[in-house]
Amino acid sequence: MTGKERLAALFDSANSQGRAVFMPYLTVGLPDPESSVAMFTAMAEAGADAFEVGFPYSDPLMDGPTIHEAGLAAIQAGTTVAVGFDLVAQIAATTGKPVIVMTYVNPVLAVGIETFVDRLVEAGACALIVSDIAVGETQEITAACSLRGIGYVQFVAPTTGTDRLREIVATDPVFVYGIAELGVTGERRQGSSNLTTLAATLRAVSEVPLVFGVGISNPEQAAAAAAVGDGVIVGSALVRRVLESNTPEDAVTALRSAVKAFASAMTR
Amino acid sequence: MTDYRPDTSGRFGEFGGQFAPETLIPALQELEAAFEVAWSDPGFHAELDALYASFVGRPTPVYHAKRLSQRVGAEVYLKREDLAHTGAHKINNTLGQALLTQRMGKSRVVAETGAGQHGVATATASALLGLECVVYMGAKDIERQALNVYRMRLLGAEVIAVHKGAATLKDAVSEAFRYWVSSVESTHYIIGSVVGPHPFPFIVREFQKIIGTELRQQMSGEPGSFPRPDVIVASVGGGSNAMGIFFPWVRSGVDLVGVEAAGHGLESGAHGASLVAGTPGVLHGSRTYMLQDRDGQVIEAHSVSAGLDYPGSGPEHSYFRDEGLARYVAVTDVEALSAFHEFSRLEGIIPALESAHAVAWVLREAASLKGKTVVINLSGRGDKDVQQVAAMQGDEDA
Ligand SMILES: Cc1ncc(COP(=O)(O)O)c(C=O)c1O
Repeated sequence: MTGKERLAALFDSANSQGRAVFMPYLTVGLPDPESSVAMFTAMAEAGADAFEVGFPYSDPLMDGPTIHEAGLAAIQAGTTVAVGFDLVAQIAATTGKPVIVMTYVNPVLAVGIETFVDRLVEAGACALIVSDIAVGETQEITAACSLRGIGYVQFVAPTTGTDRLREIVATDPVFVYGIAELGVTGERRQGSSNLTTLAATLRAVSEVPLVFGVGISNPEQAAAAAAVGDGVIVGSALVRRVLESNTPEDAVTALRSAVKAFASAMTR
Repeated sequence: MTDYRPDTSGRFGEFGGQFAPETLIPALQELEAAFEVAWSDPGFHAELDALYASFVGRPTPVYHAKRLSQRVGAEVYLKREDLAHTGAHKINNTLGQALLTQRMGKSRVVAETGAGQHGVATATASALLGLECVVYMGAKDIERQALNVYRMRLLGAEVIAVHKGAATLKDAVSEAFRYWVSSVESTHYIIGSVVGPHPFPFIVREFQKIIGTELRQQMSGEPGSFPRPDVIVASVGGGSNAMGIFFPWVRSGVDLVGVEAAGHGLESGAHGASLVAGTPGVLHGSRTYMLQDRDGQVIEAHSVSAGLDYPGSGPEHSYFRDEGLARYVAVTDVEALSAFHEFSRLEGIIPALESAHAVAWVLREAASLKGKTVVINLSGRGDKDVQQVAAMQGDEDA
């Protein structure tokens, strides 16, 4: 099965169980490359269905202070792109869960688009998300992914109009990342009011799975997203728990209980 | 005169493009459309030209710098953008973009600033047109350009300190983008240079090319005008004053020289010379020469001059570089500071530290410039830098 097919199967099976897919985001190499895999195994045991593995970047324009800080810490701890791929391979192998790599565009270009996607395949990743580009600048990357059976994830924002939405789904994304809240990643006290509208607008043009992310901070907000979407991504709320922990063991404990709570909010 | 525009993907050759998150794409498309309508509307030009004439003081004069000419052994002229209202070329762009903001029905603008000149120019245009104004500025720059911070606040802008990274221009641009992502429906981002995703590099160049267009009139070589230049020199941070003066002279046989910041020296790694010593990558939305490591992580820049302390430059400069339409060089902090002093005493004009880089290159290259007609784009005045230089060098030579 290709990475793309594995993800499609995951959405199907969750759907038939009447629940949304829970995909926690965590920066790779956090708190350091040695303890990174343990964070993901803990989340897998606590009920994560798949992972968004974030490659750290020096200037993450779509990220708020929490993920920015995490990225700088991971880079500081020695998480190069090569180390990142190495960790992705270990995470994919030890957890058995589908891994979606999330990165910014410049590291992909620095490595080379084809080489980057080849590495994804070698590491056993299923899909790729590039945070700071959108349809118009994604052709080369989606072509390289599609050739190699790697899924590509496109974004839809509250500002996206219907014509553009059609262009987006026409690129055959493995799922659509619905930006729940205008703005960058980070925790929000208020839940999003855009979920239903976004879901309805997308459903009018396509059946592609819709996964909500950005600003989803607690299980109540996650449940609201799960009610109208096919999946939920939680990032900053988990990353913060790792940053706040004094030891990797504390981080594992904190992640385990947080992921358990989020995962149980997925049932519709 | 050249009148080319980027291609439909916003590229100048292989540089530029629109590497922006989905949230911003509709706003970038709206901006491009609004600009196209405005730029072909005589009413818009009339409004902008009237402001240039009576609010900014355009055309800015060309001055024959006689003592500097003697010192260098060339005929050196200054394009006096330092005399533009608010003290730098930045106002040419901010007035244009503020008028566009009104046309798009938005009531608030956000901007980044390094030296504070773009922040002051944005705050000024906002006060003039009654727009709300938010400016992001690196904490380090807030310290070294304190005068401009106070000016922005006097003009009614909210100045927000950025403590991330090196707390300089790059970090301010990133924060301004993040703010824009969160507020895009009500806010326009007045970017301060020929950088960013398409259509920004194109729009800012169009607003800044007035510098070079005026110069073509002022130095046409016709009777009653100054002689035609052989060389035009401008400092390059993001590259807006340089592109503004270069563009109307492209492929005209004039040697166009962009001067970047060599900081502590190119070999030290602590500099802002992306065109001289960088490699192509994507920074702040466009593909351009930038400072980065093998993994594509952005390397912090360094310059004594806050306006040149940036690890990238505009994509059109990258195109000019690779096509040989202009050449790019770099001068160090030490050379720029020395030029700052020497120029002040020779000409009775205190230059901005950014502009002092262009002056420094002319002083260094005296031998090869002998007998030539050289124009320096004096992009700004140095009032903002006086405190910083005094603190660095001690009062005795300030
Ligand atoms: C006086 C002056 N010159 C030059 C610059 C550099 O910017 P650019 O390269 O866009 O002209 C600045 C930026 O702050 C400036 O204030």
